[in-house]
Amino acid sequence: MLEFKQISYSYHTKKGETAAVSDLNFKVGKGQFVSVIGPSGCGKSTILSLAAGLLSPSSGEIITGSGEFGYMLQKDALFEWRSVEQNIFLPLEIKRVNTAEMRAKAVALAEKYGLKDFLKKSPSQLSGGMRQRVALIRTLAAQPEILLLDEPFSALDYQTRLEVCDDVQSIIKSEKKTALLVTHDISEAIALSDKVVVLSSRPAHVVAEHDITFADTPKGRRNDSHFAAMFEILRKELGI
Amino acid sequence: MKNKEHFSREHIAYLKKQKKKKILVTTLRWVILALVLGLWELLTYYKAMDPFITSSPSRVISTIGSLYESGELFYHVGITLAETLAGFFIAVIAGYSIAIILWSSETVRAVLEPYIVVLNALPKIALGPLIIIWIGTGYTAIIFMTVIVSIILCIMNTLAGFIAVDETKLTLMKAMGASRRATLAKLVIPASLPSLMNTLKVAVGLAWIGSIMGEYIVSRAGLGYLIVYGGQVMKLDLVMSATFILCVLAGCMYGIIALIEKIVVKQF
Repeated sequence: MLEFKQISYSYHTKKGETAAVSDLNFKVGKGQFVSVIGPSGCGKSTILSLAAGLLSPSSGEIITGSGEFGYMLQKDALFEWRSVEQNIFLPLEIKRVNTAEMRAKAVALAEKYGLKDFLKKSPSQLSGGMRQRVALIRTLAAQPEILLLDEPFSALDYQTRLEVCDDVQSIIKSEKKTALLVTHDISEAIALSDKVVVLSSRPAHVVAEHDITFADTPKGRRNDSHFAAMFEILRKELGI
Repeated sequence: MKNKEHFSREHIAYLKKQKKKKILVTTLRWVILALVLGLWELLTYYKAMDPFITSSPSRVISTIGSLYESGELFYHVGITLAETLAGFFIAVIAGYSIAIILWSSETVRAVLEPYIVVLNALPKIALGPLIIIWIGTGYTAIIFMTVIVSIILCIMNTLAGFIAVDETKLTLMKAMGASRRATLAKLVIPASLPSLMNTLKVAVGLAWIGSIMGEYIVSRAGLGYLIVYGGQVMKLDLVMSATFILCVLAGCMYGIIALIEKIVVKQF
């Protein structure tokens, strides 16, 4: 689990100080998939950096469980000079848990989610959607408790995006991971999450929180009659 | 490679056209060389040009032949080649190491930047007298000249390659908790390999400039020495021959690096 308690954070540059986040409170429960949406440039990525400990808050407290974080980024950032398999092993090497057992687990995970035939291939031989799936398996390889997803679908074309989006959600759910996603895409947030947190423009604070309870799968959600109504609510709260 | 049977007729025609073009380019290259050499030979043969001043292809060949017979050919080539290679490797290894240090610390980089810029702009030949006084007139002086001519470029180019590494990949490493060292070993060095290969290609050319320049200033042997000596005693055959051998050697070294590049960069 992960909790933000009255978090504030400011960027410092030569020109001055910019408050990116102010008085932010929300909670991601264990096993929950929470999306954070907000107007562009409102400091969404900052929230993930704070959660991962890449940045420390100016004030407030972030409460995390014992587990590790896995970070998934907008671009897949696969290393072209490594095979798919070697890419998936990267976090094991970095975190110094590169044991035969961990590697076997990572390979099992990759095979379970349809990468069996691609393990020895080079990333450049894979489609955009496939690459993003490799990126997810790489994120999962080091067995993180919490996944931090920074608009991981936004670089994909629309059709691939829907597929990968459903894909990633089902993998995360079946691995029973906790996930925090930041996105600017309202429908993505509704389709994927147990809870949607709406942020204001900068400095970001929480405008509203909604539990999404209708339907189970992203596809089911998009086809559900409640989808449009939820979309309207979120859209208004974002002020678009 | 795909099987040829799967290609359409159109694609086969396309491939043929590409092949034809390649043959044409190669042929024209040889034709130009043959024309220049042939014209040169003819003009000197019929005394339209004075072979004492311009030498001629046949005289170059006979000069190289007699250098070979007297055993001097490999002596001079060996010396220049050794100086160039030594200077090249020292410059590349030292330049790469310095680039790693500069990459590791932004402060060090900021502090040293103006010095590197000035050293880069400085015509290294200006250091000739200093080199002679400090290091003497032996091979070390020439190797030193080779190193200073090529090292700054090695530093600047490899550093630029390090800095150009994709920001997203760096964030990924950071998010995984990678140390600076792990980031260097797992990401920055492999990611910048293509840029290193480019640096090697430019550096090898500069190494030749450095070694020949060094030989102009101090040497008693080597191809640069032959050129200077030949010029002083008006033996233009010797000047032309040494220049020709230089062309061949420099071309070969470039070719070897280009080949290594092809193998290394294949996976990118």
